[in-house]
Amino acid sequence: MKIEIRDLYFTYPTGVEALRGISLNIESGEQVAIIGQNGAGKTTLVKHLNGLLLPTSGAVQIGGWDTKNQSVAKLARRVGYVFQNPDEQLFSKNVETEVAFGPRNLKLDKEQVQILVADALAMTELSDKTETNPYDLSPTWRKMVALASVISMDTDIVVFDEPTTGQDAMSITRISNVIKTLRQRGKTVITITHDIDFCAENFERVIALSQGKVLLDGIANDVLEQEEILATTYVDPPQLTRLGKRLGFKKTVRTQEEFLTALKKERSSYLSSTTNSS
Amino acid sequence: MAVVNLQNVTYKYPLTSSLVLQDINLQIEDGEFVAIVGPNGAGKSTLCYTIAGFVPHFFKGEMTGTVEVAGIESHNSSLHEWVLNVGLAFQNPFNQISGAKYTVFEEIAFGLENIGVPRDEMLARVSEVMKLTGISDLADRSPYSLSGGQQQRVALTSILVMQPKVLVLDEPTSQMDPIGTREVFGVIRKMAEQGMTVILVEHKVEWIAQFTDRVIALKDGKILLEGPPRDVLSSLVLEENGFGISRYTSVARKATALNLWKDARLPVTLDEAAEGFAHTTAFSPKGRGE
Repeated sequence: MKIEIRDLYFTYPTGVEALRGISLNIESGEQVAIIGQNGAGKTTLVKHLNGLLLPTSGAVQIGGWDTKNQSVAKLARRVGYVFQNPDEQLFSKNVETEVAFGPRNLKLDKEQVQILVADALAMTELSDKTETNPYDLSPTWRKMVALASVISMDTDIVVFDEPTTGQDAMSITRISNVIKTLRQRGKTVITITHDIDFCAENFERVIALSQGKVLLDGIANDVLEQEEILATTYVDPPQLTRLGKRLGFKKTVRTQEEFLTALKKERSSYLSSTTNSS
Repeated sequence: MAVVNLQNVTYKYPLTSSLVLQDINLQIEDGEFVAIVGPNGAGKSTLCYTIAGFVPHFFKGEMTGTVEVAGIESHNSSLHEWVLNVGLAFQNPFNQISGAKYTVFEEIAFGLENIGVPRDEMLARVSEVMKLTGISDLADRSPYSLSGGQQQRVALTSILVMQPKVLVLDEPTSQMDPIGTREVFGVIRKMAEQGMTVILVEHKVEWIAQFTDRVIALKDGKILLEGPPRDVLSSLVLEENGFGISRYTSVARKATALNLWKDARLPVTLDEAAEGFAHTTAFSPKGRGE
């Protein structure tokens, strides 16, 4: 399901001009990270994908639907949106009911709902917590409930707004696994994140926003190496990209595998050059 | 002199059976910048609440042991006395913003108003601290119209303006952009150098290593390890216990197995990693690419 954003402008009622001419295409099945400084317009942009916000001018199309002509309820069948703060979206008395709320609203039959719920709970490792009240869970697990309650809608497009905020290492690994599974199923995943190392390890395409405009958009290695341009939107390159650069690697690296491969290559070329010269 | 002194502190929340803190012994010196790390559920926030007096004064529950901050003992004092010495920034800035003020400027002045600081001094202090934390341009905005990261800066500023002796920060940069995070760490470092004692809960290992004096690793309500940042943060014990570790540490550990990292100590920061890998290869520590 293709996303087409054409010359999108958005001004809040307070007069804050949050988006200032954004044009983007996101193809079906892409994994995209959106990065950029606080107040750059990241959340405002993704809230346009499911019609929570409508363009002041310009247009957003989701699989050919113009969001201006569709209700949020209808768009929810195509775009799932996980809020930054899970407490803004959780309200049921136990985890299972919470996760079933979305698919039930899609008027699916009972069996289908059950399958979707079981699948979403398994993916988020919540299967043993079905009877728990979400508010008795730690914030880490509440976040997983928020993820599960959107995944269970089985939408073609899933949007995560800062999924790793305040999460520990194990939880971040769990979230990475969810994104991997969604990728294998051909879903489009769009994630806002400030965690650049998480971004580097999980996304192939990166869009950097700055002051309501697209600053950079491309494959991850090309975007994440632009240290000076990224600094204008308050982003540092990933740790291993910075290290590779510091060590003078010829190629940009971002993951541990890429780093170690490049290190071996640099070392063997150094060793052969010292052997030749001696 | 230890400004924070916890002796055999054990605590459980009301209506629960599990101990959130178990026999914690901790001394923090005047002007020290200490980071607390640990997986979720380790008791990090509860430890913050304990140092800030919210445990047991606000949350009640059962506490044993003694907590002394700036010479006042927790059991024998009121929350009001504590507030004057200790400032706490909550994990979620939404929980902290008063809801009683229309602008960021007024929000930051709120605490000073409550303790009766004269108007002229109040205006000067608020403006000065806002400049320090880089939010002067947000002065007239509503606190609720801000992005998450901006709200966190406001929450931090509203504590700093109180000039507490002890500053307790529970993940104050979790919603901030990367360079903003680094800036805020710099501001906190500066406060520590001016004599403020800082206790910081954080997941961002690289900046902890670069800016703090000591790291305390907490798990299941107990102190698992404590010491200089590099020693603690690069320890295998942390990795095995589900703590976050820097990519520099994990890649150097893998490189050790491949004979591409020779130093017995693993790196936590960019400088440490660059220096160590330079010994393995021909690279100069400064880098030839620059």
